[in-house]
Amino acid sequence: MDDVVRQETGAPAPAPASPRRRRFIARGAAASLAAASGAATLPGAVQAAAPEILPDNLPPNVPQWMREPGAGFLNPPYGLPSPFEKNVLRKLPDQPAAFPTATRTPLQHLFGSTTPNGLFFERHHAGVPAIDPAQHRLMVHGLVERPLLLDMKTLLRFPAVSRSHFIECSGNGSAEFKAPGRGTVQDIHGLLSGAEWTGVRLADVLAEAGVLPAARWLLAEGADAAAMTRSFPLAKALDDALLVYGQNGEMLRPEQGYPLRLLLPGFEGNMSVKWLRRLKVGDAPFHTREETAKYTDLMPDGTARQFTFRMGVKSLITAPSARQVLDGHGFREISGLAWSGHGRITRVDVSVDGGRRWQAAALDGPVQRHALTRFRFPWRWTGQEAILQSRAVDEAGNVQPTRDALVGSVGRNSAYHYNAIQSWKVAADGEVSNVHV
Amino acid sequence: MALAGTGATALIACTPAAPVQRLGLGQTPSAGQIRGWDIDVRADGAGLPAGSGSVAQGRAIYGARCLACHGANGERGTAPRLAGGQGTLADKAPVLTVGSYWPYAPTLYDYIRRAMPQDSPQSLTVDEVYAVTAYTLHLNGIIGAEAVLDAASLAAIRMPNREGFRPVMQ
Repeated sequence: MDDVVRQETGAPAPAPASPRRRRFIARGAAASLAAASGAATLPGAVQAAAPEILPDNLPPNVPQWMREPGAGFLNPPYGLPSPFEKNVLRKLPDQPAAFPTATRTPLQHLFGSTTPNGLFFERHHAGVPAIDPAQHRLMVHGLVERPLLLDMKTLLRFPAVSRSHFIECSGNGSAEFKAPGRGTVQDIHGLLSGAEWTGVRLADVLAEAGVLPAARWLLAEGADAAAMTRSFPLAKALDDALLVYGQNGEMLRPEQGYPLRLLLPGFEGNMSVKWLRRLKVGDAPFHTREETAKYTDLMPDGTARQFTFRMGVKSLITAPSARQVLDGHGFREISGLAWSGHGRITRVDVSVDGGRRWQAAALDGPVQRHALTRFRFPWRWTGQEAILQSRAVDEAGNVQPTRDALVGSVGRNSAYHYNAIQSWKVAADGEVSNVHV
Repeated sequence: MALAGTGATALIACTPAAPVQRLGLGQTPSAGQIRGWDIDVRADGAGLPAGSGSVAQGRAIYGARCLACHGANGERGTAPRLAGGQGTLADKAPVLTVGSYWPYAPTLYDYIRRAMPQDSPQSLTVDEVYAVTAYTLHLNGIIGAEAVLDAASLAAIRMPNREGFRPVMQ
C-alpha cells in the first residue's frame, strides 16, 4: 500500500514504461473489468458493489489524469462511450433463441427520456438485413390515383419533421402476467426506448399518391426476410404516422430499419415496420399472420381481442430498481419513465408504502405526445423496508392499473399489453427486488 | 410546378396535420414492377395466385424444407408449433397453432410465401406454397389427405377458431 499513497508532487509525468505507470495501467484495466461485470457506479448513487477507490487520485493528491496530457482526437472518429461505462449494454435473451428475437435497453442506467441509438431495444422477425440505401425503394400502391416509387434521395426532398416518440414492444413485461421476474428493470421491461425521429409525414406521401375515397386501411411491408407486414387504419396514417430515416440526429441504425421505417406513434412496436419497402392502400384490414396468429390478446375465456394497437398508459421507476442496492440512508431521488399510447402523460404519482399513500411526482418538460416522460420524486430512506410504486395518468384519463386489476380484467394468458403498476421492494439491507403486492 | 406562385405560400402556411399540395416527387412504377412486389393475400383470399398443390406434394416439400424446424407432425421443433392445441385456448397453458388459433386459411398462404422457409424465404413456387399450405391444414385435421388446394378452395375453408376473435379497436 505504501507506493499507492506516496505522492510525487512536482514530478514530471512518468514515462509509459516506468513501474509506476504500469501499476496505473493495471489498475485501470481492473476498473474496466469491474465495470464490465456490473460493479461500476450506477445512476442515482445506487451501487451493486463498491468500486475500487485509488487514494492517489483523491484529494489532497493530484489525480493521475491531470499529470500528463490527455488523449488526442478520438479514434474511432465516430466516438464511443467512456471505457468506464462498459456495463451499459443491450442485453440478449437469457436463453439462446433458435431465431432472432429481441435485445433489451438498460433503462436503469439511462438518464432523461432519450435512448442512445446504440442502446435502443431491438426486435426482429427474421434478422437484420443489410440494405444499400441507393438500392432501396418504397412502393405506394393500391387504392391510389397514382402509384408511387420513391427512392431515398426523393424521400429526403419531402418536407421533414422531427418528433420525440417512444417505441414499446407489445410483449414488454408480459412475463409479469405469470410471476415476478427476478432480473433487472432491463430484463423485465427493457423492450422500451425513446428517440427523436426525423422523417416525412405519411400524410404528405399519401397526398402525393392521391388516396381514393374507398380507402380505409394500409398494409405496411418490410424488406427483411420475414417481409414483415401489419395493417393500420388510414385515420392513423393521416393523423401522425411518419416515414422516418433519422433517429437522434443520425440515420437509423441497421437494426432500427435503415434506411427507412414506418413510425406509428403510440401503437405497439412491431407495427412501426422496419426496412419499409411497400405501402398498399386497401378498404379493409389484411389480417396478416402477425395480426391474427401473433399480436392478438388471448382472454381467459379462450377468445382473443383484435385489434389492440395502442400501448396502454404505463410508468416504471428505474432508479432505484431491481437488483440494485441502496448504498446508505438519507436523501435520494426516485426517478423513472412514464408513457402512453393514448397521448401525453398528465400526472405520475409515487408511493413508497406499497400504494397506501400517493404523492405527485415532478415531470421533466416538455411533456410530449406518445413520448417518454421522465418523472422525479424526492425521498429520504430511513433504512426501513419500503415498497416503491409509480402510477401514471394520461390526457385521455387512463390510469395505470394495479396488477390485480389488470389480471382481473384480461387474465394471465395474454402475451401482450402488460402495463400494470410495478412494485420494487427495498429491503432493510438496501437490496431492491421485484415483487407482486 | 406545384411549388410555383401560390403553391409556395401554401407550403409555408400549412399546419403539421394538413397535407401539403402535391409536390411532384417520385416516379410511377410500371404494372410489372407492382406485380413483382404485390405479394400480399388478404383474409378473404384476394391476391391468391393461379395454381394449385396437394397434401401429398406438400408432405414431400415439408419433409425437405420445413421438418427440421417444425418437427415431424408440426407439433415439436425449434420454430413455433403448427398443429394441435384445438380446445386449449381457455386452459392455463393454451397451445396456439394454425388449427387452434388462426382465423383465416389464406393468411397461411400469405405467410408461407413471404417468410418461409426461414433460411430462404420467397424461394417456393406458387404451386409449392399451395402444397405446403395444404399439408399444414391437413396436419391440423382441417382437410383430408386427398385434398388439392387452389385459390377458390383455400378461400372457402372455414378455420376452427374463425369465431374466436372479439373485434375491438384500441
